[in-house]
Amino acid sequence: MNAILQAKGLVQQYTTAKSFFGKASTVRAVDGVDLTAKQGEVLGIVGESGSGKSTLGRMLLGLETPFQGELRYLGQPMPAPHSPEWRKLRAQMQLIFQDPLAALDRRLTIAAQIAEPLEIHGLAADSELDRRVAGLIERVGLRPDQAGRYPHELSGGQRQRVVIARALASNPRFLVCDEPVSALDVSIQAQVVNLLRDLQEGEGLSMVFISHDLKVVRNICDRVAVMYLGRIVEEAPSDQIFSDPRHPYTQALVSSVPKAGTGLRGRIILQGEPPNPAARPSGCAFHPRCRIAAPACAAQVPALEYNDGRLAACLKLQPKLRPAA
Amino acid sequence: MSDTAAIAPPRLIRRIRMKVPALILFAMIWLGGMILVAIFADWLRPYDITAMNLQNRLVPMGTPGHLLGTDELGRDVLSRLLQSIRVSLVIAFCATIISAVFGTTLGFLAAQFRGWVEHLVVALADFQAALPFMIMSLAVLAFFGSSTWLLVCLMGFYGWERYARIARGLAISASAQGYAAAVVQLGAKPSRVYLRHILPNVASTLIVSMTLTFPEIILMESGLSFLGLGVQPPESSLGNMVGFGREYLARAPWIMLAPSFVIVLTTLSISLLGDWLRDRLDPTIR
Amino acid sequence: MLRFIFVKLARALLTILLVMSFAFIVLRLSGDPAQILLGPDAPQDAVDAFRARWGLEDPLWQQYLAYLKQLAMFDFGVSMRDHSPAIQLVMERVPATLALTIPALMLKICIGIPAGVYAALHRESVADRGVIMLSIFGFTIPSFVLGLVLVLIFAVNLGWLPAGGQDGWHYAILPIATMSIGGIGILARFSRSAMIEVLGQPYIRTAMAKGLPWRDVVWKHALPNAAVPIVTLIGFMVGALIAGAVVVESIFSWPGIGRLIVVSVANRDLAVVQCILLVIAASMVMANLLVDFAYGALDPRLRSARSGK
Repeated sequence: MNAILQAKGLVQQYTTAKSFFGKASTVRAVDGVDLTAKQGEVLGIVGESGSGKSTLGRMLLGLETPFQGELRYLGQPMPAPHSPEWRKLRAQMQLIFQDPLAALDRRLTIAAQIAEPLEIHGLAADSELDRRVAGLIERVGLRPDQAGRYPHELSGGQRQRVVIARALASNPRFLVCDEPVSALDVSIQAQVVNLLRDLQEGEGLSMVFISHDLKVVRNICDRVAVMYLGRIVEEAPSDQIFSDPRHPYTQALVSSVPKAGTGLRGRIILQGEPPNPAARPSGCAFHPRCRIAAPACAAQVPALEYNDGRLAACLKLQPKLRPAA
Repeated sequence: MSDTAAIAPPRLIRRIRMKVPALILFAMIWLGGMILVAIFADWLRPYDITAMNLQNRLVPMGTPGHLLGTDELGRDVLSRLLQSIRVSLVIAFCATIISAVFGTTLGFLAAQFRGWVEHLVVALADFQAALPFMIMSLAVLAFFGSSTWLLVCLMGFYGWERYARIARGLAISASAQGYAAAVVQLGAKPSRVYLRHILPNVASTLIVSMTLTFPEIILMESGLSFLGLGVQPPESSLGNMVGFGREYLARAPWIMLAPSFVIVLTTLSISLLGDWLRDRLDPTIR
Repeated sequence: MLRFIFVKLARALLTILLVMSFAFIVLRLSGDPAQILLGPDAPQDAVDAFRARWGLEDPLWQQYLAYLKQLAMFDFGVSMRDHSPAIQLVMERVPATLALTIPALMLKICIGIPAGVYAALHRESVADRGVIMLSIFGFTIPSFVLGLVLVLIFAVNLGWLPAGGQDGWHYAILPIATMSIGGIGILARFSRSAMIEVLGQPYIRTAMAKGLPWRDVVWKHALPNAAVPIVTLIGFMVGALIAGAVVVESIFSWPGIGRLIVVSVANRDLAVVQCILLVIAASMVMANLLVDFAYGALDPRLRSARSGK
């Protein structure tokens, strides 16, 4: 499989507003991420809130310019945001939002909104436009008579289908889904995830799937990257992550997913403060909450290294020190 | 849906009664009347506004042929009133539009470019708010000489900072998370984002603030005309009629009372309608 | 805190400077004062002398710099008409204007706020409706209409009060009434809605739930919190004390600033007009500054939010 998108050393930092007496401080939301999205593959990005996964997703799409690092789409560097080339590229890469109601214009019918990418990029007009919009509405599983409805007249799941139809309208090759189902009822989540998977398989789309919910990720992703405070701590094919997690943070996350037969037995409860990018611990950022942390962990930042067929960033992952999973 | 069409009329009336309080209905009817007068003033007025009749000077209200009496030169007050309504409304309307377009554009520019453009717009808005506008207009009109178009442009500068603030705030919040960011992400140009998406979404709020500025502009224009610096004779506006009628306050109060009454009812109607619209369209702003 | 004050002061000065520059440009662009003051038939050498005397021959930017230099030395120029210092002419008129506007402001505050608070505490009552109606009329009746109607009733028809002039305290009654009636309504409406908003807040319900007497709830919790927006509005009213009198002084022939500006504008007396604009802009800016500082005293939250940001 070829790489569709390659990121090297991505860093994003935000400057907080200057305080009254003090100086402005900077917060690193994403702190040196290397990532490759392959053609036709679904890459999951998992992490708690504040791990920088949404910022990473926005950078991958070119919606934000990285503070440092390099991003190549099909071998070409990403054009500057809002330049004409950047706008043209939008037809090929799309974002699916967490909150479909906020992402839709409440004053336009859903058909008009699904038609927008086609109009913007001049891909279809007149009867061809209507035909393609009708096709998209059908493909995402909405009824044709819903075309004239307004977003507030639809349910959450239906709205997300509208957002998906709009994202697919220009036949993109690369899709970033930022928590696409976390605002939906659990009963609806599976439908939308299945729809995404069907569409992905049908079109051979490349997809980055951002979520804090491992159950959902497990359903759809081929490969998973786990983020903690702006860095990737483990990256591996989906089966390996779930069957044999190595990084202690991944282990804790995976253990919180109930398994058939065993339930939540053996669950690892994370201690300590949830991650806060403004107060980053020294060394391995996870060490204050890690159950196997050694003094060295507070001093040295572990590198993301190949380890037994996967990438992981943990000092304790030398074979002899490895805890039994 | 289709079966309601047969019984529509009584239901429609009942629905209007349910949804529109009597006062608002009255305000709507009055404003509709004023708009008709403004459009058809030339056909409605019985005399030319400058037609003098020195035999019939200062004829009181209710005289046959001169329903609202005549002024000191024997000109028909009703005819002059109809023409004044037209002039005042047209000035206020044009000025409101100018102010709304100007302010909204600046607000959108501030939201789109941020940085120093935004600082400049905010500083200008602060400056505008600190400006003694009435006094300034007084000076400008007196020194440049009063023409109707200058008056319109000047009044068009009144209140733009409110639209700018509203438009900027709403556009920024739409771009931060919501639909505007989504459309930008689809590859839309800023013109499409602002005209097709943000503008329709903020229109109701802007219209409500137009109902707030409109009466203020009417009052401002009539105040200036009252002081003799707004609309100049032989043309006449509501304020200018009151100003000239003031000389005959004791002998012929109707010259002054008729336009005063129209000013009060018109601004009152717009304010009532604006309040009502605000409650209906946008419960979040006060 | 020091920096906050400094920034506010700098902004205030900048605003005044902008107003003055704006006035300067507009007034200089709009015509030749020599023609107006000396008349169209004045001999050419008189016109030239006049221009040389007032520096009107220099390029505009030189005039502007000279003007700023004068301002910086608190020299506000002399009237082109009678050659007395402009600031003196203006200051002579200020007391007459304040004699109308300060009592009017007092009336607005002393009647408007209690009426608004009372209406908020007795919603949907007759008093509440009355306050709303009064405020709507206050907002929609222009002062020149109200003034003339009052003259018509109390001076022309009843003959109780004089129609204009300044010859004793009873001459001030109608102008003050004209100025204050509208403002009372507006302030009452504003206080009412500020109070209603505060009364709907959770902490008021908490205070009531813990059994605090209603009187204490209103005085200790509701009023101090409603005060912030009300103070803002009063700040605007204080700022408009001098500017707000133009129309009313004109109706009642009251010899204040408002009359002076109308006369000076008609005479194209640049120095006096500029001086009036300066006084008015300064009073508005000062009032805004006072409001900003009053916020800090009224609402400790704002103070800490500012220093914490």
